[in-house]
Amino acid sequence: MSKEKMKTSDFLLSVRDLEVVYTSAGATVHAVNGVSLDIKRGENLGLVGETGAGKTTIAKAILGVLPDPPAKILNGEIILEDSDLLKLPKKEMRKVRGNKISMIFQDPMTALNPLLTVGDQIAEVVLLHESVSKKEAMNKAMEMLEMVGIPADRYSELPHQFSGGMKQRVVIAIALACNPELLLADEPTTALDVTIQAQVMDMIGALQKKLNTSMILITHDLGLVAESCDNVAVIYAGKIVEYASKEDLFLNPVHPYTLGLFGSIPSLSTDVDRLTPIPGMAPDPENLPEGCSFHPRCKYAMDECKHGSVHFKEVSPNHFVHCHMYHCDKEV
Amino acid sequence: MNLQKERKALSRQPAKRQSMTVMTLRRMKKNKMAMVGLIILTFIMLVAIFGPLIAPYSYTETDLLHTYGLPSLLHPFGTDELGRDILSRMIIGSRASLSIGFVSMAGASVIGIMFGSICGYFGGKVDTVIMRFMDILQALPPLIMAITICAALGPGLNNCIVAITISNIPSFVRMTRASVLNIRRMEYLEAATAINCSTSRIIVKHILPNALSPLIVQLTMGIATSIISASAMSFLGLGVQPPDAEWGAMLSAGRSYIRNYPHMVTFAGVTIMITVLSLNMLGDGLRDALDPKLKN
Repeated sequence: MSKEKMKTSDFLLSVRDLEVVYTSAGATVHAVNGVSLDIKRGENLGLVGETGAGKTTIAKAILGVLPDPPAKILNGEIILEDSDLLKLPKKEMRKVRGNKISMIFQDPMTALNPLLTVGDQIAEVVLLHESVSKKEAMNKAMEMLEMVGIPADRYSELPHQFSGGMKQRVVIAIALACNPELLLADEPTTALDVTIQAQVMDMIGALQKKLNTSMILITHDLGLVAESCDNVAVIYAGKIVEYASKEDLFLNPVHPYTLGLFGSIPSLSTDVDRLTPIPGMAPDPENLPEGCSFHPRCKYAMDECKHGSVHFKEVSPNHFVHCHMYHCDKEV
Repeated sequence: MNLQKERKALSRQPAKRQSMTVMTLRRMKKNKMAMVGLIILTFIMLVAIFGPLIAPYSYTETDLLHTYGLPSLLHPFGTDELGRDILSRMIIGSRASLSIGFVSMAGASVIGIMFGSICGYFGGKVDTVIMRFMDILQALPPLIMAITICAALGPGLNNCIVAITISNIPSFVRMTRASVLNIRRMEYLEAATAINCSTSRIIVKHILPNALSPLIVQLTMGIATSIISASAMSFLGLGVQPPDAEWGAMLSAGRSYIRNYPHMVTFAGVTIMITVLSLNMLGDGLRDALDPKLKN
């Protein structure tokens, strides 16, 4: 990638050739197969893909909370500000986790401890990372509650006294309490309805600007990506198949899988009876097809797709694709 | 502007905080059965604590002229085969019976919860080793196990407590382990790891409070059953030794005279029953009160 010409320090986070497998009962599940990505400060990257494509695994690997066993990181580097998180000793990693990188979880209903007051749960992360007194942590937690639009006098209420949208706000408050440099938002709005979705995304966006935080937004909602990301990586079977700026990807998608994704979105302007789905199912990650893992479902599949590996190609500046269909001089 | 300031000032006020215990107690107040259980239990415990002060006679004082006395004004519960006042013996005996129940359950629950949470949280080899050991302990029924231990250590109050403690550990380990395994899958634990809680903090602060409600219920019910096992052990002559009083021992001593003097066993038996019943009612109430979602 042309990125290699740049120094890694230009980026807040660089992931290189990340490979993660899960082993269970003898079977090996290839969840992430050589993913590389870069994020600048204040930049938003969308990770788009089907359920099971490995999006969440990538996020958990970055945060270092993959359950081991069964998960194992086979290969790769995760570089945050010149230090490889995978090689950091546990003690150093503690300073990163929750402080520099934090995560918004998918389901606010289960991401909060039902027996602790919401305020205490926000104060906990502050207490763990900053050397402050309990009182100061409580004040900070109240500030965070106000910041996400919940009155501070609800500090001592329990999670079940909040609605889903408000719980997600609390989760966001926890994630942002220590002014992280990178926010991993794992489908932050999937469990919420559409109007609350918009509210929550607006809030995340506003807070992000205020704190100058970068974000990796994991989602399967292309609309959400269009709204709030700068760059997009489309993931299929644990691999990035297309990587481009949002504008490039939406106006000029090139990978057959991305084309298929756009084909399955209903359009307001044209009247169609049936959407065009991508035929077939996502491959079994225990048994990935040889060659390009998308070839069994691809209508443009050629012989060369069935064997060997595909290289990342730059079809236009900063627009990369993993496909044999595109021939360009710049193979990276 | 003023209004905004006022609102801000209002919201800045430290919100009123209620601890888990206060909330649980408040919810339990509404449960009549639980309150009756609690009142009876408190009464029995007060009697045990102030036993020597309220007992009308000494529990060892014999009166061979008035043996097998029926209940009367002088001896409300009657006298036994040596003419000792049964009421006084029951009051003093409550100390042994209750301490067996509470101490052995406290010991069994602390040890059991510790091993259980280790098993549930870490899994793997540690889990297998501890659980197989628990299987060995559980291969014998708890009472037989307690009798075996008591027979090995020799009879007496302290050994009796040790025996009942050991025989009750496996059920606590199993229960905690199941609870922890269940909670371990929850996303809020992943969230706790993500904000970087240490393992011990996760177990103590996030897992145990959530795993506790079935355990507290098990604890209250366990006190009841261990009082019964203690009675059984005393009945078999392995528990408290004469002339010390204990409800089960009194039951055991009175059984030979049940045909002619039923009062000798009745009072001890009924007291055990009431204690166990009140503990069970309390345990049932606690189970409901401990669920934060049923608040109010």
